[in-house]
Amino acid sequence: MKIVVPLKQVPDLVEDLELNDDGTGLDYEYLKMKLNEWDDHALEEAILTKEAGDAEVIAVALDGEDVDKMLFTALAKGADKAVKITGANPYAGNHEMAKVLANAISGMSPDLVLVGVQSAGDSDGWLAPLLAAHLGMPSVSVVTGLQVSGNTVTVHKEYSGGIMAEFDVELPGVIGIQAARQTPRYAPVSKVRQIQQSATIEEVAAGDLGDVVTSTVEEMKHPEKGGGAKMLSDVEEIVEVLKEKGVA
Amino acid sequence: MIFKTMVRKEKEQKSSYVEKDSAIVDGIDISGHWNKMYQPREIMNYDVTPLEDLRALPGAESIGNCYQCAQCIGVCPIDNVGDYGPRKIYRKLQMGMNLLESVDLWQCTTCMNCLRVCPKEVNMIDIMPAAREKAILDGKEVPAELQEMFQNCAEYGNPMGESPRKRARWAKKADVEVKDLSKNPEPVDVLWFVGDYYAYHGRGNDAAQAMARVLTKLGVNFGTLGAEERCDGDSQRLAGEKGLYEMLAEHNIEKFNSLDFKKMVVSGPHAYNAIKNEYPKMGGTYDVDHYTQFLSAMMDKLKPLMTKEFGKKVTFHDPCYLGRHNGEYEAPRTLLNAIPGIQFSEMFRNKEQGYCCGGGGGGMWLDGFMADNINERLSENRVKEAIAVGAEVLAVCCPYEVSRFEDAVKSTGNEGKLEVLDIIEIIDRCIEE
Repeated sequence: MKIVVPLKQVPDLVEDLELNDDGTGLDYEYLKMKLNEWDDHALEEAILTKEAGDAEVIAVALDGEDVDKMLFTALAKGADKAVKITGANPYAGNHEMAKVLANAISGMSPDLVLVGVQSAGDSDGWLAPLLAAHLGMPSVSVVTGLQVSGNTVTVHKEYSGGIMAEFDVELPGVIGIQAARQTPRYAPVSKVRQIQQSATIEEVAAGDLGDVVTSTVEEMKHPEKGGGAKMLSDVEEIVEVLKEKGVA
Repeated sequence: MIFKTMVRKEKEQKSSYVEKDSAIVDGIDISGHWNKMYQPREIMNYDVTPLEDLRALPGAESIGNCYQCAQCIGVCPIDNVGDYGPRKIYRKLQMGMNLLESVDLWQCTTCMNCLRVCPKEVNMIDIMPAAREKAILDGKEVPAELQEMFQNCAEYGNPMGESPRKRARWAKKADVEVKDLSKNPEPVDVLWFVGDYYAYHGRGNDAAQAMARVLTKLGVNFGTLGAEERCDGDSQRLAGEKGLYEMLAEHNIEKFNSLDFKKMVVSGPHAYNAIKNEYPKMGGTYDVDHYTQFLSAMMDKLKPLMTKEFGKKVTFHDPCYLGRHNGEYEAPRTLLNAIPGIQFSEMFRNKEQGYCCGGGGGGMWLDGFMADNINERLSENRVKEAIAVGAEVLAVCCPYEVSRFEDAVKSTGNEGKLEVLDIIEIIDRCIEE
């Protein structure tokens, strides 16, 4: 079976986030980028599925800063192929990204697409369903475990309140991964360096955006600091405050 | 926690014998039971493939030399608080244990006490990195804390995972100028390789600031790599990530080679070991001193500057990588004995017999993992020894140790009884503002 895993870079919070000059977005010049944690989990699930049976894992990413290293690392972790999409904005929102990915992925005829349920850059969780809509496939998101058997994948989906559900998805399908079965494996630097010498990354052009809805950011700013917290010393004080607020 | 596989190839054989009814040898009649002889038989037969496989790894050949004398067990710091040592590993290998899948792969701190006493030169300092590297490349399980540290080093150039851009921030509080050669390159006499713990750890910052002041007072023309410095990579190499070590070393060597300096001075013994013994293999050869060597050679200038008394009872912990690994026991003592008013006494396990703090070979990032394997941390054992010799201050000169020993002072319930200080901090306190 063929598993495609789209990977995305997000800002690494080890550096302070700075705004660009016109205050409409982040200043990417000194920003360090790293692999979106949820996409790392999606990749881990893909490789675990490959190790359990017969599958090919293809890592896909939009071209940008340090993307080659991210793709070589995916290969070192166990992916079979790496594909880079050129000519698209890697920092675009999910509507654009879904269309660009769909253009590239539809040609690969995947059986399963695993993608992180959300990313730190935009926590909307739309990539999986939008991608699925473009590809004409079913989609389930917030998945914490999956089991492939034949033409079906059984997934565990998490809801809030501790509720879980099990779905059988007819393949091909797009699954939004919340967490892999185990911590994403470490790719030793030795191995990544080996791969950098021996492997090549395929390139495809981004293709047409069509009539995809795009949005522009008018203003981005740092959150305003609130009033802070007041430390109460005993239960009586808490009761007083609750009474004051009309809650008790 | 026992070796995972023990393969007995054949069942115990019953003893069998030959006996000739008629036998005359050299004219003597020894017919019948007189000439009964037992056949050789195998009592146990283990699969020694794991031992042979390990011996075949480049660097790990000496594991085959062991003849079970157990000199190493007597001096292994881990065995003192657990169940470990080269002889034990060898025996388990003989009986079919695969070291690459065993917890035994990760316990060794590469302190070198075993090699010091081994009559057959079984060299854990070469065996462990070779075995660990194979385990990592083969995708074997690596303790999670260690894996996280590797990731931090690979991403950010330091094991803490701190921003590389903030590496030189400590210098702002040094009260003296610390030349940042990455921003303003100029010829200097001394390139000071600061190190991760001096750069990023609170107590390391104290030592770094003290170093800057002392070097300035001595009139040394020195500079640092600023935020361009990266981890020296030695502990990472010993923990099995050779590629990571090479990446870090390549970076540092490139930076060193772009500068004009006469001598390199390092804060820590692990960096000393890397730059003196390993970097030349990667094309970087430099005249390098550990700071205790550099300062003890300047005693005629340093001694007159130390005018304030430090009248405390002090003992000293020999760092494995300055002492056993590189033969330097005297320089730190020269400095300590020059401290005005000091009352110095040795610990029982001193100089070549020094007891490892547990930080080397990756141990700095394996305390959680080791908690399942030892009944007491090495640093706790050592701190108790310092107190047993009546010390008020435990002097150290390796950046790993201040955090390890201060932690151990607290966890053994000795807070307030023993102060842990880098030698450079003591020197700084003796110098008038």
